[in-house]
Amino acid sequence: MRPFTYERAASARDAAAKAAATPGARFIAGGTNLLDLMKLEIETPTHLIDVNGLGMDKIEPIDGGGLRIGALVRNTDLAADARVRKSYGVLTRALVAGASGQLRNKATTAGNLLQRTRCPYFYDVNMPCNKRKPGSGCAAIGGFSRQLAVIGTSDACIATHPSDMAVAMRVLDASVETIRPDGTTRAIPIADFHLLPGSTPQKETALDKGEMIISVALPKPRGGTHIYRKVRDRASYAFALVSVAAVINRDGTGAVALGGMAHKPWRVEEADALLPKGSKAVAERLLAGATPREDNAFKLTLAQRTIASVIAEAKA
Amino acid sequence: MTEGCGAISRRDVLKTSAAGAAIAGSLGPGGMAMAQAGANAPPHMPVRMEVNGKPVSLDLDTRTTLLDALREHLKFTGTKKGCDHGQCGACTVIVNGRRINSCLTLAVMHEGDTVTTIEGLGTPDNLHPMQAAFVAHDGYQCGYCTPGQICSAVSVLEEIRAGIPSHVTQDIGKAPAMTTTEMRERMSGNICRCGAYSNIAEAMADVAGVKAEGVKA
Repeated sequence: MRPFTYERAASARDAAAKAAATPGARFIAGGTNLLDLMKLEIETPTHLIDVNGLGMDKIEPIDGGGLRIGALVRNTDLAADARVRKSYGVLTRALVAGASGQLRNKATTAGNLLQRTRCPYFYDVNMPCNKRKPGSGCAAIGGFSRQLAVIGTSDACIATHPSDMAVAMRVLDASVETIRPDGTTRAIPIADFHLLPGSTPQKETALDKGEMIISVALPKPRGGTHIYRKVRDRASYAFALVSVAAVINRDGTGAVALGGMAHKPWRVEEADALLPKGSKAVAERLLAGATPREDNAFKLTLAQRTIASVIAEAKA
Repeated sequence: MTEGCGAISRRDVLKTSAAGAAIAGSLGPGGMAMAQAGANAPPHMPVRMEVNGKPVSLDLDTRTTLLDALREHLKFTGTKKGCDHGQCGACTVIVNGRRINSCLTLAVMHEGDTVTTIEGLGTPDNLHPMQAAFVAHDGYQCGYCTPGQICSAVSVLEEIRAGIPSHVTQDIGKAPAMTTTEMRERMSGNICRCGAYSNIAEAMADVAGVKAEGVKA
């Protein structure tokens, strides 16, 4: 690990201002992904701003319905919250399908959104990777791609976003609330928060320099049956090959988003409208324009079958 | 794997490693002091916490993980370093009542925190019930993962009692049941390469006062 200076932030606004003004600065909250990457010198911050003392660890009701989840709410606490379990079950289900108990106790809501890909070529510093070292090339393209993205890819990057939580938040139409270095705040719809790789895969989110997540807002409960189905190589503690987050109403309408498929949680609103027609129609629309490789083409079939299974479960 | 590897003998590798260790050794406290005098001194920070019931005060390189602070500075070597990347769970300790991977957190992030390691759960003369159950049920072979397994196991029972849902909880609207299916799922962050899992599950069931179930496919 490279040396770094460390400070405990005094306020969210100060933290954002410091992050913008200090070259090489990064926020640290749970630290479970950042430290992992710092040990490998994939991340090399020269200054850490510890935001753990800033509060931001409450889950509060929003006027008119909905919940505001503080950026520092730990994954365990978010999954266990009675209001989330009752009205946003897909979120609890996604959270408990992710990571291990130890990691969920430490990992935060904001950090989960900001975690970086687990593409093996991103992790292997001996390999070219446009995300790790822009312009160096992508070793994943033409490499072992079983875990990697099948849609929304580019010639520069075929990495996936690894989060389960974010897939559920996408289906719930969450918005990511931030504070900028000048103290102003904004809300970014989760659909726009994570970016596709394009020619700049190192740019992963809509956040500007120094901008910090302070909370995630969930709209008022949308009802329906909430399901998160994760397909992976082990029964527990493994990243998704394919995951499906779905909220399905009694009449068969609803919303569906996929994990493990793309550089961001993958949802196409026009595909939601096809839910009453069944999994084939939904998958065809969701995955139109897919660019699978030989190793991961199975994900297209797996996604369709997982959607079918979720629709069947919702009807049962 | 590569052409170059074939030319290097195992003995050469051992020699190189030994030389590396010697260099690392000579850069101990003296080397650090020299570095601190220079412009590129690795930054240090003071941190105070309570470890196994006693207050401790350290001055640490900011890069020091909680795991390294416990093992290398406080000599609580019960907690083990396995993968050092949060994948194996050997470093599991209990901080402010919750189990975490001590390898993936910086010591300086734990100012004022209360840390319990395997040494703080029980002593050889006065074992924690989970420690006694691991002995009674042969919940280990080589023992390397055991401190992490036991810290995790103690916390898992508390997490179930606290009503925290898991991936195998059938109805998340209700409190999870105290079953070995729940325990096994929640222990997935602790790897045992000897494969003592079924005995660990029996030890946990014993402490929880429930009947151990067979493995569910």
